[in-house]
Parts: sequence; C-alpha cells; structure tokens
Amino acid sequence: MSAGQNGIEVEGLVKNFKGGVRAVDGIDLTVAPGEIYGFLGPNGAGKSTTVLVLTTLLPPTAGSARVAGLDVMHEGPAVRRAIGASLQESALDPFLTGREHMRLQSALHGLGREERDRRGAELLERVGLTDAADRKVGGYSGGMKRRLDLGLALVHRPRLLFLDEPTTGLDPQSRAALWDEVRRLAGDGVTVFLTTQYLEEADVLADRVGIIDRGRIVAEGTPAELKASIGRPSVEAIPADPADRERLAGVLARFGEEAAASPNGVAARLPEGVGDLAEIVRALDAEGLRIADLRLHAPTLDDVFLEKTGRSLEGAGEEPAGEPAEEEAATA
Amino acid sequence: MSAAGALYNQVGVLARRSMLKTLRQPFQLFPIVFFPLILLAVNASGLKAATRLPGFPTHSYVSFAIAVAFIQGGMFSLINTGTNLAEDIESGFFNRLALTPLHRVSLISGLLVGVAALGVLQSAVYILMSIVAGAHLQAGAGGVGVILALGALTAVGFGALGCAAALQTGSGEAVQGLFPLFFVFIFLSSSNLPRNLLKTGWFHTVATWNPISYLIEGFRSLYIYGWDGTALWRGFAVGVGLTAISLLACAGALRGRLQRT
Repeated sequence: MSAGQNGIEVEGLVKNFKGGVRAVDGIDLTVAPGEIYGFLGPNGAGKSTTVLVLTTLLPPTAGSARVAGLDVMHEGPAVRRAIGASLQESALDPFLTGREHMRLQSALHGLGREERDRRGAELLERVGLTDAADRKVGGYSGGMKRRLDLGLALVHRPRLLFLDEPTTGLDPQSRAALWDEVRRLAGDGVTVFLTTQYLEEADVLADRVGIIDRGRIVAEGTPAELKASIGRPSVEAIPADPADRERLAGVLARFGEEAAASPNGVAARLPEGVGDLAEIVRALDAEGLRIADLRLHAPTLDDVFLEKTGRSLEGAGEEPAGEPAEEEAATA
Repeated sequence: MSAAGALYNQVGVLARRSMLKTLRQPFQLFPIVFFPLILLAVNASGLKAATRLPGFPTHSYVSFAIAVAFIQGGMFSLINTGTNLAEDIESGFFNRLALTPLHRVSLISGLLVGVAALGVLQSAVYILMSIVAGAHLQAGAGGVGVILALGALTAVGFGALGCAAALQTGSGEAVQGLFPLFFVFIFLSSSNLPRNLLKTGWFHTVATWNPISYLIEGFRSLYIYGWDGTALWRGFAVGVGLTAISLLACAGALRGRLQRT
C-alpha cells in the first residue's frame, strides 16, 4: 500500500524516554490517503507517544516516519503545515471565547484578517458552535470543547488529521456527532489517524485498525479481517440450577473446545459457526437441562486483543507497579 | 506574508491573548496591582518615624517606600506569567501552539510583550496611588515616563524568570514556590531604609551586593532626588541584566520543553 502525499508511512519507529522506558518499540504501519486508521490500545500502550512523534512534537529515538510525504525528523515545519491535530486533552484556554480561539489559531497559521473571521465562522458553524461562539470556553461542556478542538485543527485545511482519543469522556450523543464529523472529513478526502481505547469506536469508524500493546503493534487489518482472523463465534449458556454446571459443560464439549465464559456460565467455541446453535438447543433439551440464559458471541476486537496479548483490552491499561504510564513518560 | 511580518503578527496575537487572560481573572489581577499597595500602606504607617532619622533622604515615607511596590509588582508578574504558562503546558495548550508555524521566539516574546503592557499598567496605578497618598515625584512628568519604562523592564525581567521556571518544571506549584525566595531578596535590600542608615554590618553588606537594592534605588531616586544619573543607570543596568539572564534561562528551558523537529 502506498501512503502517497496524504498518507503515513512508519518503519521501525522507536521512542525511548529517560529511565529506559521504551514507549514505542519498533512499530511499522502504513495509512493510505483518505483512510480512517484506528489506533487501538489500552492506556499506556504507546498510542499518544506515537501521535506526538508523527505530529513532530517529539523526535523519535530510531526508525523513520513520513507524514503527508514528508520526513517528520527533517521536515517538521512542512509536516505541521500539512497536518491538523486534536491531541488528548481539549487544549483550550478557558478564558477565551470559541471565536477568539478561532482567531488566534487562524492568525498563527498566517491567515489574513478577513479570512480569519470568515474561516472561523465557517468552522464554528460546521462544528455546531455558532450560538456559543462568544461564550468563554470555561463554560463549555466536554462535547463542545471537543468539537471546538476539532474545528481548530481544521483551520488551515489540513490534508491529514490526527485525533488522539477524541471521544474520551463524551456522552453517547456527543460521541456519535463527532463520529459523523470524522466520517464527513474522510469523505472530503482527509486522511484520519485516530487513537482510541474504545473497541466500538475503532470497529464502527475505522477503515483499518492497528492494535498496539506495550509499544508494539500486535495486529493490523480491517475490523472484519481482524475478527475473522481469530475465527469462530462461541456460545455461552448459564444453567438455571448452578448444580447443573458440570452436566452443561459436558453437553457443550460435544460441540467445541471450551471458551472463556462469565463466572456462572459455560462456553464453547463453535468450529462450524452459528449453524450448530439449533443442534445445541436440541442437545440441551434432550439432557433435560434448564437454561437461564443462552448467548451467541460473535468475535469482537476485544477477542482479537485477548488472542494476541493474552489479556482483555478492558483493564489492560492498568500497568504493573513500577512501569510508568505513557503520559508520565511523555513528559519525562 | 514576510518572515518579519509573520513574527510581528504572532507576537501581537499572543500578547493580546496574554493580556486578556490576565484581565479576565480578577482574582489574579487584584494581587498583581493592589497587594503591593496594601503592603506599602502597612509599611508607611508603621515605619513613618524612620523619616526623622538623621540622614533619611525625605520627610515622606510613601515617597521613599513606593519604589518597593514596583519591585513587588514585578515579582507578582513572575508568578502570574509563570503560572499561566505552566497551565498552558499542563492543559496541552502549549502543544497546540507548537503545532502551528509559530516561531519559538514569538512564543516567549508574545507572552513578555503582554507582561510589559501589564507592567506599564501596574506602574501607572502605583504612580497615581502614591501621588494620592501624598508622595511627591521630584522628577516631574518626565519621571513618569522613566518609571513606566523601568516598571515594564522589571516586569519583563521577572516575568521571563517565571517563564523559565514554568518551562523547566511544567508545574504551576513549582513556579509559585519561587515567590518566598524572591521576597527574601526584597527584605535583604534597601527596601525599608537607605543603605547609609543600615548600621548592622552584615545587613549593609548583603544589601550592597543585592542587585534589588539598585533597582529600588533607581525608582526611588526619581521620587526623592529628581534626576540622579548614577541611581538611574544602576537601576536600568540591573533591570537589563535581570532580563538578559532571565531570557537566557528561558531560551534554555524552551529548548528542553519544545522538542519539536
């Protein structure tokens, strides 16, 4: 795949911090122009450090990266002109209004006075903040701040957009609105590099997903490819009488190997896919087993993460004692 | 836009933002402008008798002590500027600025132009209030201009030191921790008595070596003596020296903080 003028090409990227912390450990990735690339991983996995390197804010320790066809190490100013970024925090000044933020950002990007006002009004409209444009940002909700942050990243019409956990802490409605805007941008030809710790976000929004854990990419592909790579669905049953758990396990074992289940349940991975489900129900009935709940699990990106790392993505960010989280490392 | 035009534009918008940020925080503005005046009022009422000491240069303690307010104002600039910049670093706003084509010189210059403007405002308030309180400005209208210039220089010198501390530590608390240290410099100077009346040997020596004494005496000379060339050049030399050292510290800390390629 060629990254071209609007894409990203990364080879063997490494970033070490003081104290020997290796936040990014030799990652390779390619993002095609116009693609939404989801960079999925738990807290402390190396997502934000990768973004800081790709946006030229941190020099890499080793490896190479080209963003929008430009070398991040040697063509920093040109990279910054080509990209827009909304980093992890809503980095806004609570004492300025939304419109003042737009003017400041436009002026720093060298837009003329008239164009500043025109572009600012256009972007405030686009992110739905026209009515709140003259209110101080300190009074904005989390969703409004994120939308303004996104609008500010677009002031200079970037070809490539970095969004670092753009929906963290947002309510479902604000999250959905931001997803729509990201899709619209991608539709306009903007390449989007999106980090997230939310499985659903990566699943529904990204064209391709890279899963990062402890500084390494452990899996990469379209969400469908990744889920297909770990294969088959599983069925989980919870007996109405807990004493029947052993008998239930015996029945399910006829249909497939044991899979991870909730504490009261028993699960089996289905080698023949969902076609076995009717057979399973008949077998349970034949054994006279009363079932409180029966669920079919299609593979999720969490299953992919579990398969590749041996841990679930939920809670995987809780680092062992003594291992600094990524944010600490980034400011070291 | 030419490179110089871009730089001018960047400094202008950042200076405006720096001033707006301060002016929109009354709780931050109040100590910067009025706390030195409150301290002056306390000192002037308690130490008025000092004017009767033989060799004391004036009968008005306010004329003598108002100089300290300009220095304290500068020190509040240190805290204000440093804390604001540290907040920008902590919130990620600093990274937002770093992602624009902003020149690193503009980043600090913009802040310091805002500090200088605030320094002029502070100094104007101190001059006005001192005259209301009965002080006489011997140097006249020309002296007002010199005080405003020295006030702005002092604010920039201390403000740049606050920037350096913020860039070095990235912490508002660390910047605020500097305040007591600099207050000691004021107390160990000729802030409360002229140096010729400091009879304790070590104190006189410390006050003589303390550059803050010369900064204070530069302001003070305009109130008490009119145009004293020696006091003025020493005051400005300390102001320029402080600013130069602070800017060097700032540039070094900025190199460490802003690692963009």
